[in-house]
Parts: sequence; C-alpha cells; structure tokens
Amino acid sequence: MKGENIMLVSVGIDKKIPSRSYWRLVWGSLLKNKGAVAGLIFLVLIIGMTVFAPILATHPVETMFFENRFEKPSSVHLFGTDEFGRDIFSRLLIGGQISLMTGLLSVAIAGSIGTVLGLIAGYFRRLDLIITQFVDILLAFPALLLAIAIIAVLGVGLPNAMIAVAIAIIPSYVRVVRGAVLSIKEKEYVEAARALGVRDAKIISKHIFPNILSPVIVLSTLQIGNSILIAAELSFLGLGAQPPSPEWGAMIFVGRSFLANAWWMSLFPGLAIIITVLAFNLLGDGLRDALDPRVKK
Amino acid sequence: MLRYLFKRFCTMILTLFGVSILVFFMVHLIPGDPVTYILGDFATNEAIAKLRSEMGLDQSMVSQYLSFVSGVMQGNLGTSYITGQSVWEEIAQRFPITLKLGIISLLIGSCIGILLGVISSVNQNTWADYLVSIVSLLGVSAPGFWIALFFIYVFSFQLAIFPISGYAGWHSLILPSLTLGLGSVGNIARMTRSNMLEVLKQDYMRTALAKGTRYWKVIFGHGLKNAFIPVITLIGITFGNLLAGAIVTETVFGLPGMGSFTVESIVKRDIYTVQGLVMFLGMMFILTNLLVDLIYKWIDPRITLE
Repeated sequence: MKGENIMLVSVGIDKKIPSRSYWRLVWGSLLKNKGAVAGLIFLVLIIGMTVFAPILATHPVETMFFENRFEKPSSVHLFGTDEFGRDIFSRLLIGGQISLMTGLLSVAIAGSIGTVLGLIAGYFRRLDLIITQFVDILLAFPALLLAIAIIAVLGVGLPNAMIAVAIAIIPSYVRVVRGAVLSIKEKEYVEAARALGVRDAKIISKHIFPNILSPVIVLSTLQIGNSILIAAELSFLGLGAQPPSPEWGAMIFVGRSFLANAWWMSLFPGLAIIITVLAFNLLGDGLRDALDPRVKK
Repeated sequence: MLRYLFKRFCTMILTLFGVSILVFFMVHLIPGDPVTYILGDFATNEAIAKLRSEMGLDQSMVSQYLSFVSGVMQGNLGTSYITGQSVWEEIAQRFPITLKLGIISLLIGSCIGILLGVISSVNQNTWADYLVSIVSLLGVSAPGFWIALFFIYVFSFQLAIFPISGYAGWHSLILPSLTLGLGSVGNIARMTRSNMLEVLKQDYMRTALAKGTRYWKVIFGHGLKNAFIPVITLIGITFGNLLAGAIVTETVFGLPGMGSFTVESIVKRDIYTVQGLVMFLGMMFILTNLLVDLIYKWIDPRITLE
C-alpha cells in the first residue's frame, strides 16, 4: 500500500494520484501518533454525546425540582444536582452543544476573514502595510482583553461573545497565512503562472490557496479549543452566555457561589472543558506533525 | 543599534496612534448615554445638558478625540466620573498589585516550565518525557478560573491556609500567582523541550561532554543557553497574556488590581476610565514586546536588530 504510493509519487505518472495519496499519507502518519488518535477518539465521543444529548440526557434540563437541590453525585444524578435541583450531567450534555458551536462558529468566522486578509496581505505588497499595521494594532491587546473590550461595545450575551472571540483570533490567521503566502509566492509555479498572464485572483485561488491549507487546518484545530476556553472565560466573568444557559463557563459561574457546599457544580463543567480543549489540542499537535514535513523525520 | 531603536520607536508611535483611534471609537460606540447613567432616570434636561458640556460630550467626535490624544501625550488619561479620581491615580493604586501578580506568576511559570522542558528533552521518549507532555497539555487546556476555584476549594475552604478573597499583603498573592503561573507552564515547557532537542543534537554539545565538562553544566550552560531565545519570545508574549489573565484571576480572588478594575469599569460604563485603562494596557503590552527584542540582542549578540 505504502510502497505503491511512494512509487507513484516518485515516478509521477498520474497527476491525480499523488495529490490524493498526500492526504492518505498525512492520515497514515496521523494514525501513528498516539496523542492524535486519543484526541480523535475523544472528539468523536464528545461530538457524539452532544449530538445525541437530547436522547442521552437522563433528566429534563430546565425544569426545577426544588426537593432535589444540591444532591451529591449518585447513581440517579451522576454528577449531582444544582441549586434548582437540575441534573448536572444532563445539563453538561446540552451545554456541550452550545460550547462546541461557539468554538466552531467563531473559528469559522475568524478563519474565513483572517485567511482572506492574510492572502491579500501576502500577495499584494501595497495592501500589506495597511493590513499588517491593522493586525499589529489588534495584537497590541491580549486576545481576552480585546474580546472583553469588544463585548463592552456590543453588549453582553452569547452571540456577541462569539463575535468577540472571532475578532480576537483573526490576527493569528492573518499572520500565519501571510507568512505562508510570502514563501509560496516565490515558488517557480507561481512565477510561471504569472508569466503566462494568469489573473491574480486565479493565482491566489488555484495556486496559492491549496498550498496554505495545511497551516490553516492546524491553526483552526488548535483555535477551536482556544475559542471554547475564551468563550467559557467570558461566560465566567458574566459577559458571555447568561446563567440559565447550560453553557459550561456559565455553569461554573453559577457553581462558584456554591463552591463551599456543592463542589460538583464547578468540578464537572470544568472537566468537560478540559477534556474537550485537550482533545482539540492533541489532534492539532498531531496534525501539525503529520502536515509539516520538517518535523516528520 | 541606534537606528534600529529609532525605527522601532517610530512604528511604536504609529501603532499607539492606531490603538488610540481604536480605543476611542470603541469606547464611544458603547451603547447607552453615560450621562443618563450617572444622573439616573429622573434627571432634568438642563442637568443632563450641563454635565454633557462639562464632560465635553457635546463637542464633535473629532475634537473629542483630539483632546483625548493630546491629554494622553501630556500624560493625562482622563478622569473617572464615577470616583472623581484621575485615571492615573486609579492606575497608580492598582497597577502595583497586578505587576506583582504578573511578575511572580511569570517567575513561577518560567522556572517550572523551563525545568520541565529540560528534563523531558534529556529524557526524550521515556516515561518522564510523556508525563511532562501530558502535564503541559493539561495545563494549556485547563481554564484558569477553574484552577483558581480548585485552589480556593482545597487551600481556603478545606485546609484554611489562605484567605478566600481580598488583598492583605503578599500572603494574598500566593494562590493567584500559582493559578496564573501554572497556566503558562505548559507552553513554556513545550517550547523549551522542542528547542532543547534541536540543540542537544549539535556537535558542540558532544565536544563539551567529550572534553569532560560535567553533564548538567553542559545541559544548562551550553544547551539551555542556546535553546533560550525562542523561549524568551514566548515568555515575553506570556507576560502580556498574564496581564490579560489577571482580569479573570483578580476577579476570582477579589484582588483590587487592574484586571478586576477593567471589568468593573466596563460594567459601570465608566467610559473615560475604560478608555484610559485600555490605552495604558496597550502601551504596556507594546513596551514589553520592545523589551523582549532588546533582551534577545543581549542574550545572543549574533542577532542583528534590523
């Protein structure tokens, strides 16, 4: 299997097979990385659990049962109950949908805007200075501070928190993509395309974009975890998702007030965040090793 | 060197101008009139108009911006209309706490991080290496506020060694600095490890060992010294992020520092304070970056700063 691929690549008979086998090679070396496999398994489990949350949830998420307030973790309530007698395990499952969506959406927004800005900055020298200067200004603030400042303008709430997180991580995309474009721009095939009179838009989309995908994929995987963390932090400060919501950061925000007597209210949402972010980080690291030929051997 | 400093200084001024525009317009886009917020819902129109003109809010955006910038250049960050104190005085009261918190956390994070990184690199692919990897990854993935709550539960509620909240001298800074510092251990350890692995392969390492220099002296004197530069960059970035992380940590531990003050001012819509604070934090962050670049030069004279 592997021998075949290598032979085809080295002989280069067919143009399509090498490009397909590139991703197969990447997949193969990803599967050899124990951490990445662990991350992948965790992610499949987490995503599966949140997708099927309505079926898996053992108790209703919003109904209050005052007679069951502050129950310790038991076989009935796996992770205990909160101040309104709601089952924490069920709330975690439903809340996972919110936390994961927040991470995915902010990365999707930041990734598309940041990649386009990075492509433009790297390719067109004239626009480079303006975009780089703009990014430098955004980078003058740590991501969390920037997100908080944006929320001050947009107002408190989950959708605004999502936008704030997205804006806060745009600079990382611009930097990575711009750097990659600058090196690819000098490659012979780009020069050849330019010499043939191919339009800039086509050079960027057909010749440059496919070659910057790997760093963007790695960055996105790592940033999903990061976004979930920042969003949870915002909710914990009371600036993101608001308390009745089972978003994980918001659950810890509530749990904090009952820390002395009901530790399980803060413990389990925190563990959920850690496991999810850890899974994305493991997969991102594995992808980086698999996609970066320098690290391979 | 002087030319570089001059160039750096110019771009710094340019960035600061950008920051000031960004901060000014962001703050003035905040919905809700600060004047009605101060005077309450039952204020008369005259009182509102009077306060608006006192605060300069009746002037055009451009002239408001110009007076903000000229104030900043004269070292005047404005006056809080809630406490009536100048923003500088507010910062002067709170910054020392945040700075102490930041420096102690940075020391904790760097020392533990570098040590773990070195240990795992010289023991590559052994259980010690794997253990450090797992610990660093966990550190990167755990939210700071959750670690803070964990420490409060164990050390304040169960063991009652440290105060739960508030500031009463060095004692109150131990748990917050641990929380903040441990958050940066992971990244520093990972960076140190990967750079040490590069350096360990170099010929001069083998030469140093062959001529009989003691093992740990080779590792730290020859190895770490050469692996240090990228780590310094990271530590510089970490310091900036620690100032931001202080926002959460100070809020959890009830420390009266810059971070908790920023959140408070945003919630109270104290626009001039927010403006001054964010401007100040931006300046600190940019200055830290400059300092990091100069430290490179000092550590590795081969680097030309151009």
